[in-house]
Amino acid sequence: MLMLIKLELFKIFSKWRTYIGFISIFVLIPLIHIALYFEGKKLIELGTQALSGGFNLSGNLLNGFMATRIILQSFYVHIPLLVALVAGDMLAGEATSGTYRFLLTKPISRLQIISAKYISGVIYVASLLVILMILSLGVGILIFGTGDMIIVNSNITILKEADSLWRFYYSFGYAFLSMLVVYSFAFMFSAFVENSIGPIMATMSLIIVFSILNILGGGVFVHIQPFLFTTHMQNWKGLFDNPIDYAEINTSVAIMIAHIVLLTTLTFVYFTKKDINS
Amino acid sequence: MSSTPIIEIENLSKNFKKFIAVNNLSLTVNQGEIFGFLGPNGAGKSTTIRMMLSLITPSSGTIKFFGKRFTQSDREVFRRIGALVERPDFYLYLSAYRNLHFFGSLAGADVSKENLLRMLKLVGLEGREYSKVKTYSLGMKQRLGIAQSLIHNPDLVILDEPTNGLDPQGMKEIKDLLINLARNEGKTIFLSSHILREVETMATSMAIINNGNTIVQGKTEDLLNTAEMKVAFEVLNPSIMQNIIKNSNLAKFGITEDSGKFIFTLKSNETNEIIKYLIENEVDIKSVVPMRSLENYFFQITGDKNADVN
Repeated sequence: MLMLIKLELFKIFSKWRTYIGFISIFVLIPLIHIALYFEGKKLIELGTQALSGGFNLSGNLLNGFMATRIILQSFYVHIPLLVALVAGDMLAGEATSGTYRFLLTKPISRLQIISAKYISGVIYVASLLVILMILSLGVGILIFGTGDMIIVNSNITILKEADSLWRFYYSFGYAFLSMLVVYSFAFMFSAFVENSIGPIMATMSLIIVFSILNILGGGVFVHIQPFLFTTHMQNWKGLFDNPIDYAEINTSVAIMIAHIVLLTTLTFVYFTKKDINS
Repeated sequence: MSSTPIIEIENLSKNFKKFIAVNNLSLTVNQGEIFGFLGPNGAGKSTTIRMMLSLITPSSGTIKFFGKRFTQSDREVFRRIGALVERPDFYLYLSAYRNLHFFGSLAGADVSKENLLRMLKLVGLEGREYSKVKTYSLGMKQRLGIAQSLIHNPDLVILDEPTNGLDPQGMKEIKDLLINLARNEGKTIFLSSHILREVETMATSMAIINNGNTIVQGKTEDLLNTAEMKVAFEVLNPSIMQNIIKNSNLAKFGITEDSGKFIFTLKSNETNEIIKYLIENEVDIKSVVPMRSLENYFFQITGDKNADVN
């Protein structure tokens, strides 16, 4: 199995499309950092305008934590695309290129092949998020330093410097789980079709449609929203509440894990039985 | 060549909804044989091979390899089978060397640099080992496909249209390679083709299928001996020849005259008798050229003049 995963990783990292994700992270995060460096103070002032009358805000408000949270917020749309780009090609790419015929006539079971592919893709997703974390949090702290974090939502939360870092570790873990749901969708679509554009488009369409359903209030939508994975993807923000509503976070985590298990099982069962006509 | 069965297929069928792609196909391939699996495009050859290689599930029937019933979950048997199915498609973004390393690793082959380069040299890809496959011609990919099927030194090699895209020199090289593998290394070659001449000159046994049905199966030589063929007799004294034809019962052989050559329609075992008869009657024979081909044979037994064969 290790050999299979190694070979799959070799294939993933031999493709140009894999690097689109890394390159975009390497380009976009420094750009956000530069923008925050020059315009960050104005942004903070704008965000805390309502508080400035009654509170005296002092200290390093534009810090690495604040920058990372802004980056995480903006990348929650971007990263799924990068994940789908690779996941959508993992099985459909073999069908498109016709290599299934070689791959599946070797002394290795389909279950082993699909498991190796799935695990290799998970490693890609993890590496994408690790790079994102190093660049956003690590470089952010290096440029902007650390400090307390003010989070303005429907209420105001001030998190002490010492109380912030662990929340980011958890939120990157949460992001990893969210991206695995996206990955599992794209991977499943990839098993069904013989063209890698289809799974990428289908996954992104699903995210966009579900996100629209998320913001539609009232009526039937309120009843649908708890079942949409996009609802739970957004709940990472709850990790920056004080106190954290662990019940809500745990429910979201459980629902996302259920998505992953269900989608992966469906994909594995389908793949091990499907006729290879490509 | 021994009579140990390597492939035994019994009543194999595959339906795609109402369309019957393969219908109750049965065949046996013995060790050391080069088995020609013939049929026009769409006859069911590739579907049969896909079932043999577990790429698609049969609707009914059984397949045995090396005397043991084969199921999709039986993967170990693939250590003894090398295959090239239809087009030789590879990872275009990798080099031939890397592709061979990849598929060789999966097959449990010796993927040392030395062995990979040896195999690439064997199929005539020396000097282009490290070029990306996207720069390869179809013929080069075909050679790489054959290398991929042989890299783990299998006992049984299943090749679907292996000379597609090869130039005449390439076709000869691959043909020689396969004959060598069967004769000198005892490997069994299952060769699917719609190029009849290719099979005629290589295969020791063959089966012809059409519309998913087996039409005929047996030793190539036996099958061809029962088939009629055209034989061109070129003679130095055509007037004597014309007289003999007129005054004997040779006319029953449907003789036609074309540019000084007399074309007979004969069964293979009749040629010698005709030569002897002509010599006895003082016909000065310059040449005797058999124009027999499996193509004619195929047309005879399928009755399909429009079949896509060549």
